[in-house]
Amino acid sequence: MNTEILLQAKDVYKEFITARKQVVHAVSGIDLTICKGETLALVGESGCGKSTLGRTLIHLLPATKGEIWFEGKDITKMSEKEFRPVRAKMQMVFQDPYASLNPRMTVRDIIAEPLVTHHICNSKEETTGKVLELMAMVGVPAQFLNRYPHQFSGGQRQRIGIARAIALRPQLLVCDEPVSALDVSVQSQVLNLLKQLKQQLSLTSLFIGHDLSVINFIADRVCVMFLGRMCEIADKDELYRHPLHPYTGFLMDAIPIADPHRRDDDRSILEGEIPSPVNPPSGCYFHTRCPYANERCRKEVPAMLDYGNGHMAACHRCEESKKM
Amino acid sequence: MSTENVLEIRGLKSSFFTDKGEVPAVNGVDLVIPRGKIVGLVGESGCGKSMTAKSVMGLLKYPGRIVEGEILLGGKDLTKLSDRELREHCGKDISMIFQEPMTSLNPVLKVGRQVQETLLVHDKNIGKEEAKRQVIDIFKKVGIPEAEKRYSCYPHELSGGLRQRVMIAMAMVCRPALLIADEPTTALDVTIEAQILRLMKDLCRQNNMSVLIITHNLGVVAEICDDIYVMYAGKIMEHAPVFELFDHTRHPYTKGLLASIPRIGDNPEFLHTIPGVVPNMLHLPKGCAFANRCELVQERCRSQMPELVTAAPDHECRCFLALEEEDQNGTGRKGGGDR
Repeated sequence: MNTEILLQAKDVYKEFITARKQVVHAVSGIDLTICKGETLALVGESGCGKSTLGRTLIHLLPATKGEIWFEGKDITKMSEKEFRPVRAKMQMVFQDPYASLNPRMTVRDIIAEPLVTHHICNSKEETTGKVLELMAMVGVPAQFLNRYPHQFSGGQRQRIGIARAIALRPQLLVCDEPVSALDVSVQSQVLNLLKQLKQQLSLTSLFIGHDLSVINFIADRVCVMFLGRMCEIADKDELYRHPLHPYTGFLMDAIPIADPHRRDDDRSILEGEIPSPVNPPSGCYFHTRCPYANERCRKEVPAMLDYGNGHMAACHRCEESKKM
Repeated sequence: MSTENVLEIRGLKSSFFTDKGEVPAVNGVDLVIPRGKIVGLVGESGCGKSMTAKSVMGLLKYPGRIVEGEILLGGKDLTKLSDRELREHCGKDISMIFQEPMTSLNPVLKVGRQVQETLLVHDKNIGKEEAKRQVIDIFKKVGIPEAEKRYSCYPHELSGGLRQRVMIAMAMVCRPALLIADEPTTALDVTIEAQILRLMKDLCRQNNMSVLIITHNLGVVAEICDDIYVMYAGKIMEHAPVFELFDHTRHPYTKGLLASIPRIGDNPEFLHTIPGVVPNMLHLPKGCAFANRCELVQERCRSQMPELVTAAPDHECRCFLALEEEDQNGTGRKGGGDR
């Protein structure tokens, strides 16, 4: 695989201040790289900061601290004007296909908007031609050019959202839970489309999701997050076969499997819930739910360590068992 | 084993009467829930699965109403009851939990009060103190930590998982014979989902309660159901006990659904898809509602709706091919999902 780095995040933090002046630590100390041509997945439960991180990486949200290098430049230091041409290279597909399309715009205008904003085409005819080309790529029939979003099903709307995102042929596509609002039969259609476009346009993408089985299908590399921090990152096959961090294991076990023969009433279920990001626990954030937690976990934040072949995990237990 | 049925739905038809015409959201559904069993009703959005549940609970709102059919609860037809009579049963004999634990609780009342209310309404002789004691008791049973403290919490102070536990407590407090759960875990995270599913399974076993679980997630039904109904465009397409359904899937729609799920440990280049979309319920195709999306479609599928036939013992399927396959192969074949 190509190992040319497209985007690199160095110690990125994102904090929000609530109305009561409390600090929400949404994303803390993230170091990661996205290589050209790969699909990196961010996975975690709601509130783990995966969407916030996705948006921070493409500067839809300004980072509180840290550097984000894209094509050799630190985008956190750029002015609005400098950033504008970079913006065209990073696009996003949103989760909710009902909320992310303007109900008063036609399909043509929705898909054409990025082309118009970035002055790509010289005439209306050229724009429409481009839009039709994009519609064909995502499988929306050309006769629907002048329809409005409400006339489409969820799956078709998501296709329109994807067409808009790839209109500028971005370098990086961030997909924030693009299929979690869709039905199973439609979900597989959209997943196939994303994979096909990735090959066709050699897209690099960041895929945010909570469903490890969907991620297994789409991703090359997976990063597991918990409460704003990274737990584990590895190549997909490596992660699914040898999860190091206890949280990754629990997350995988929790998925209901569509096979009654694999029911297991005795499998271990992760107890408790996610702690508040306003008052995160001391030490390892996961220690309140982790059955293996010990004194060290309660005090000391585990560092991300490399266990070979880019398989990294932040867990004292993994570190200790490696030493032994 | 007892074969007593808690609920029997016979030929239920519920429609919405809109400006554009009648929308038959539930179109002739037969469904049986035996005592102590967990029954799954599976389908995609708009297939009529929630409408079926709402028909049972008498929760259909204008312009929707039950057109025909019987809903028998212990021999009593719920469709014939007045609202007042129905109210006696809802919450006591049958109760329901909803998908959104965020919106189904009253935000300005303490959660304990809301659960207590169910008790006070259905049991006139119970005192407030006794009711409170029972509520705290049920809170402990559904795994709410610090039950006494949570009694006086408002919904916004609780997480999604805890709110869903409160909903389950509310539904369980009168020890109903039947719990209807409409997408109870869809809004929850996977680790919380696993907790709630196990809780429902345990409660069902301990109390010999029946559960009708409505979901689009085939993983959830495989995990906890005994018996499964697959619904499409207002009709039951396939019905079988869980192992039979997954091992000998017969209906092309069920096969398609099973094959479209991405699975860990299985890395296909592309996923199987069911082409097309769910038909418009206002203009249903003349024959089989699935004909336009079916890979095995034949001439007669487009003109005639197949009946729900018994294709194997305990296995019903609404497809012309269901019986033929039996003739050709001798035995049921393995379902679409490759494992």
